[in-house]
Amino acid sequence: MTLKEGTSGQRFVIRAVTDSPLKNRLMTMGLVPGTAVTVLRSAPLGDPMALRVRSYHLALRRDDAASIQVESMAN
Amino acid sequence: MSSLAVALTGNPNTGKSTIFNELTGARQKIGNWPGVTVDKKIGYLSHQGRNISVVDLPGTYSVNARSPEEKIVIDYLLNEKPDLVVDVLDSSNLERNLYLTIQLLEQGIPLLLDLNMQDEARRHGIRVNTEKLGAALGMPVVETTARSRDSIHTLLDVFTSTVMEKYQPSEKVRAHIANIEKLRGSGLAADALEEKIIEERYAFIDAVVDECVSVAGVDAATSEKIDAVLANGWTALPIFLVMLYAVFQITFEWIGQPIADALEEFISGPLTETVAESLEAWEVADWMQSLIVDGVIGGVGGVLTFVPLIFILFFCLSFLDGTGYMARVAFITDPIMRRVGLTGKGIMPLIMGFGCAVPAIMGARALDSEKDRMTSILVTPFLTCGAKLPIMALFAAMFFPDNAANVVFAMYILGIVMAIVAAKLLGSTVFQSQGSTFLLELPPYRMPDMKTVLLETWDKGKGYLIKAGTIIFAMSVLIWFLGHFNSGGMTEEMSESFLAALGTGMSKLFIFHGFDTWEAGAAVITGILAKESVVSTMGILYGVGEISAEAEDAVETAATMMQTGMGTAFTTLSAVAFMVFSQLYTPCVTALGTIKKETGSWKWMGFSAVYMFALAWLVSLLVYQGGRLMGF
Repeated sequence: MTLKEGTSGQRFVIRAVTDSPLKNRLMTMGLVPGTAVTVLRSAPLGDPMALRVRSYHLALRRDDAASIQVESMAN
Repeated sequence: MSSLAVALTGNPNTGKSTIFNELTGARQKIGNWPGVTVDKKIGYLSHQGRNISVVDLPGTYSVNARSPEEKIVIDYLLNEKPDLVVDVLDSSNLERNLYLTIQLLEQGIPLLLDLNMQDEARRHGIRVNTEKLGAALGMPVVETTARSRDSIHTLLDVFTSTVMEKYQPSEKVRAHIANIEKLRGSGLAADALEEKIIEERYAFIDAVVDECVSVAGVDAATSEKIDAVLANGWTALPIFLVMLYAVFQITFEWIGQPIADALEEFISGPLTETVAESLEAWEVADWMQSLIVDGVIGGVGGVLTFVPLIFILFFCLSFLDGTGYMARVAFITDPIMRRVGLTGKGIMPLIMGFGCAVPAIMGARALDSEKDRMTSILVTPFLTCGAKLPIMALFAAMFFPDNAANVVFAMYILGIVMAIVAAKLLGSTVFQSQGSTFLLELPPYRMPDMKTVLLETWDKGKGYLIKAGTIIFAMSVLIWFLGHFNSGGMTEEMSESFLAALGTGMSKLFIFHGFDTWEAGAAVITGILAKESVVSTMGILYGVGEISAEAEDAVETAATMMQTGMGTAFTTLSAVAFMVFSQLYTPCVTALGTIKKETGSWKWMGFSAVYMFALAWLVSLLVYQGGRLMGF
């Protein structure tokens, strides 16, 4: 699955970042394979989403999050 | 001893600017990096007898040279070779911060690592072992808490010591660099190689962080608790509106307006009288008296009274930005802004547009995509800036004495609606093929550093002061000249002046708008020079200047003005048409100049001037003719 479908409170591990205009920036900001991501909350209408990754918070549109392949992590 | 060149580098939101401001205070110069619209900040100080210059490089997450900011950082460090490069790190977020560090070390740039935000990290139970970190990277490490004087002194002592001379990258860093070199030589395709290198860097960082950072007893961060209220789903929007309302109340009711009123009273009262009497006493020529009192004091003074409003508004916005709240506002408004063809990140510059379009247009620099930036620049001038407000306030008070506030509010809404319509139109035509993305760090909530807030306020607001001193001064003299001269020399009758001739020409455009008088035409022309001039031009032309100075308050002023030529020149409907036109037409020359500078193109500046005039003309026409059809 991709991070686009993530809902508040879910935790994931990034498997891959596929080609997209943001790929380089996402990876540079620490979203590399193996990194844990927690979905914190969503803006009104459910998009964009706020994430916790590597001890900081990041806001991202769901369409942009579609390029991040993730695997659900057991709590 | 020679002077010492220091460069500050680091991620955004690490307190780097606060350190820069604490180091240099007001002794700083803000300019532009050559060829790009990125601020260049240099400050000066001396410590232990050495002169030190500090460059605050743009905050970046990396130096891949993909954005102008990143290119500036790496070019500066490699070409200018400053004596000392300070890498400011947020101690509570070392993992991501170290990415820039390792990239710079790969480039062979020696760094002084400044572990900033120590207090915040400790509160979150994060302990960084500085000795181990220094050993792991082979670079000296200093701990700071941006706002403490002790921290700044520690930094300064390191600056003037010879600490950097004996440092070499550690064994680990050299091994990492060798790994990267091996990857580069492995013949991978460019994309795959880049991906591998980024992963390699984070693998290195993870190892360093494992060794040097201990996390104990973390509670849910305060920021998360605050965000559960301020940035969570639907509750976030009403809270934002309340905040916005408070900002406008502070600016236009509680603090800004009273100061502006006092200033206005002083300028139009004691100052004008004193100057007029002195000029009289010195037997200065009549025309010179008129030029100074009516032209310069009237024109420049009128602009100066807006300065408190603009500074208070920018202070509020800089303060909110410093707390981290503006990032949340970008987050929660993005769903709305995106639907109108903008981006959440554009909300801050847009709100600035209610003060003055010039810093608002410059603020669009912060937007990522060309589409978002251009759209924001082109639609901001539709909003009711501080200089358009008096036009609306005056006309509303004159023609709608019982409903003035609602009419002014309606004009604000009209500006916003037109900005949305224009953004939609531009998005589906000119910038159709371009995508937009949204990636934004939500920094922890912090108490802003007041020095930084004040310096930012000054930086954004000073343009307005400069405008008053230069362009408004020149325009006031020009308008005075045009209003008092014709081809035969000086004239007492303004209706025979150059201004009347120009105004008559312009008024031909408004035959179907109900305000085709030469006075209105002249006001439209001077309004392109500066929107403040619309009201002052009308005041001069209809001879209401003296009345407004004597009247007790705005309502009385308006009532008295109704009895002048202005009251009879407009009907209620044509007054509305004029307000609509003034709200929407061509931005002032200062804003146009800023558009030229920010877009780097005369074409876009010309486009902005023409399309806004055309839209304003059309909407105003529809309002007037529609109103007539409905029997107003």
